[in-house]
Amino acid sequence: MSTQPVDVSRRAFLRNTAVTGAGLVIGMHLPLAARAQSGAAAVMQGGGEASFAPNAFVRIAPDDTVTVLIKHIEFGQGPYTGLATLVADELDADWSQVRAESAPANDELYKNLFFGIQGTGGSTAIANSYEQMRQAGATARALLVSAAAGEWEVPESEITVEKGVVSHPGSGSSARFGALAERAATLTPPTEVTLKDPEAFSLIGTEVPKLDSRAKTTGEATFTLDLQPADALTVLVAHPPRFNGGVKSFDDSETRSVKGVVDVKTIPEGVAVYARNFWAAKKGRDALNVEWDLAGTESRSSADILAAYRELAKDRGTPAMERGDAAGTLAGAGTVLEAEYEFPFLAHAPMEPLDCVIEMTDDGCEAWLGAQLPTVDQKTIAGVLGLEPGQVTVNTMFAGGSFGRRAQPAGDFAKEAAEALKALGSGAPPIKLVWTREDDIRGGRYRPIYVHRLRGGLDDQGNIAAWEQVIAGQSIVAGSPFEGMIEDGIDPTSVEGASDLPYGIPNMAVSLHTTEVGVPVLWWRSVGHTHTGFTTETFMDELLAAAGRDPVEGRLKLLGGHPRHAGVLETAAQMADWGAAVPEGRARGVAVHKSFDSYVAEVAEVSRDENGYPKVHKVWCAVDCGVAVNPNVITAQMEGGIGYGLGHALFGEITMVDGRIRQANFDTYRSLRINEMPEVEVTVIPSAKKPTGVGEPGVPPIAPAVANAWAALTGERVRRLPFKPVQA
Amino acid sequence: MITININGEARDLDVDPDTPLLWVIRDELGLTGTKYGCGIAQCGACTVHIDGQARRSCTTPVSSVAGQDVTTIEGTTGDVTRAVQNAWVAIDVPQCGYCQSGQVMSAIALLSENPAPTDEDIDNAMSGNICRCATYVRIRRAIHDAAATLEG
Repeated sequence: MSTQPVDVSRRAFLRNTAVTGAGLVIGMHLPLAARAQSGAAAVMQGGGEASFAPNAFVRIAPDDTVTVLIKHIEFGQGPYTGLATLVADELDADWSQVRAESAPANDELYKNLFFGIQGTGGSTAIANSYEQMRQAGATARALLVSAAAGEWEVPESEITVEKGVVSHPGSGSSARFGALAERAATLTPPTEVTLKDPEAFSLIGTEVPKLDSRAKTTGEATFTLDLQPADALTVLVAHPPRFNGGVKSFDDSETRSVKGVVDVKTIPEGVAVYARNFWAAKKGRDALNVEWDLAGTESRSSADILAAYRELAKDRGTPAMERGDAAGTLAGAGTVLEAEYEFPFLAHAPMEPLDCVIEMTDDGCEAWLGAQLPTVDQKTIAGVLGLEPGQVTVNTMFAGGSFGRRAQPAGDFAKEAAEALKALGSGAPPIKLVWTREDDIRGGRYRPIYVHRLRGGLDDQGNIAAWEQVIAGQSIVAGSPFEGMIEDGIDPTSVEGASDLPYGIPNMAVSLHTTEVGVPVLWWRSVGHTHTGFTTETFMDELLAAAGRDPVEGRLKLLGGHPRHAGVLETAAQMADWGAAVPEGRARGVAVHKSFDSYVAEVAEVSRDENGYPKVHKVWCAVDCGVAVNPNVITAQMEGGIGYGLGHALFGEITMVDGRIRQANFDTYRSLRINEMPEVEVTVIPSAKKPTGVGEPGVPPIAPAVANAWAALTGERVRRLPFKPVQA
Repeated sequence: MITININGEARDLDVDPDTPLLWVIRDELGLTGTKYGCGIAQCGACTVHIDGQARRSCTTPVSSVAGQDVTTIEGTTGDVTRAVQNAWVAIDVPQCGYCQSGQVMSAIALLSENPAPTDEDIDNAMSGNICRCATYVRIRRAIHDAAATLEG
């Protein structure tokens, strides 16, 4: 760990305090107008210089609160609680004194140790910071112990710390953290600290209450959309009807006659309407007449794209993995199965549409947004406004969901906000850029369309002897700052989950056709696994059925050398009492998939509803994510991942006709609703292995588990998502 | 000038009569607990109580509620509110939290009318509230828990 010297980190702390003005209690980020009057900044500063800031992550105030600065955005996956737990455990704090707030944008202090820059994604929040946060807590604890030893003139070795109280049993002295903060702040942090043995954990592995639940239940939690700087203008942007189009000309005479509309400007993203409030901006935008320049834009339909991909997938593409001789073995196999799969564009559709508040300040600019890659957003804003990145303060707000949408390699909506601010020229008031739901659904950055073609061969004994998989689709990282991930022509996010198939099949070939489409795409909760998990686990099921083998037993036989896959599969099967009688009219299916180094198996029990669609009654889920820092949060992520995956498997589809998106809102882009949510039972496998993520891995297995149940129930194999079953 | 009673207080508003109640609540009155999610009464994030009934404020013109009692998440009080919010916190229902004001308001309206809802009653009352994080398992459990608390 790189423990930051006290003076440097205190500056970071004070800067952070000054810029966020965040309250002591999580979720109490006050609207800007209220903040000035509330004295919240002063309260937060507490003892000011007396606050104890042993590193960039921990602040202990004289009032005895322990504030953990969280370098990952909180949008429901739980890093506020999870990272604070890691610090608090090593610090031996009492959970009731622990607070969390967003860290400022700063790659040096707050980088994701897996990415090299600050950012949240790939289900890495706990995984990359597990030791870092514990070391931060242990360092703070060591300093408090030193301070107490100095104060009481006793040896450090005789001092104990428990639940926020530092004690010296021999003399009967004791003090709370807050009382020692001032003295601890004068000491030099140790260069090395010893972390606890897992048996000594007091909080890690327990279900401490989430820090943000209360504020998110009372309406007090503040999201970007809730910020209302004095005199701020709300900005809605009219975007071109096709991606990458531009503005040819526009007539804003009707717009300007709308009461509350203040200005209209052309920006690179479209035509920006500035108004006193949202409704005026909306009415003003609706009244615009824009002639668009659509030269060179994508004009195909998604049906055309799928047809082109089907052609491509007939032939092998760039090799992603090869073992043995798949083609030769298939040519000689007694039984060969073949299947073609189609996946649509998907929108992320987080509940809070994209938004950003931004204002010029005396020495630069300040922005508030759900920043998933905060330093990328910072640099993007700086670039637009001609500032140095250090002049741009980025405040990472609670975000109303993301599912990948807010991790924008090109800082799209931060850029749009900065462009809208810049267009107003000097003396611009603060602005709040808001995307409507229609902007969101039609705004691109979709999960790409994919086609997979699979062929599998059984030998005379019914063993799977060969597996050939061809994938066709758009690269997510090509053309982005993450392009370096592409190796030997393979974007790993296109083939992950297929190229590392765990099953012991002697002859395998996975290949990829990377396509070019004029539609911006992005990682979508579980990324490549959204389609590879489906194809591999439904096709495996089909091959096992052809061989007359049980879906669970058959998989287990092929999972030698993969004990964690086998472990979750066996556990889920036991939970479901796999093999026992199932209620009349129902059937079960299973799937197991590893993503982001976590292993998840799910069993789904399904019937046919009155509309001929799958009705999922219950899901049994087993997850192995290494050390379970908070089993309750892990369980919640499995529940949510299952619901998110199921909703899109059943209903999710963005279609394009002549380059224009047909869906616009939740009436046409259906979301799972409570009456469609199955009962979910989750087992978290006890493990001492290093912790891995849970935000995404619950998603991949649900669609194939349901499809496999559907096939068992009806004989119909599901080869397209959303569910459009076909006769097997 | 339109007068509405919001959280027990009469407020005079100089707004266009067609302005959705949601944007009056948020932009004019500064009560931001009520959220925007779709603008077409599909998601329920904007749910408030109008004369005690759960309504979608995003498609309710402010002029249509003149003289009626509007309650938002900031103003809801009483035993049912307390039971629902405590149940929500006790099992950590929220994930991103953005839809939860609307979920809580719908749950309060349900339990105020029906103190012992069945799963089917919950489906009927809550299926207008989308949660993209899919916290539905816990929403259902929390409503049952709140009902048990109220039954005492």
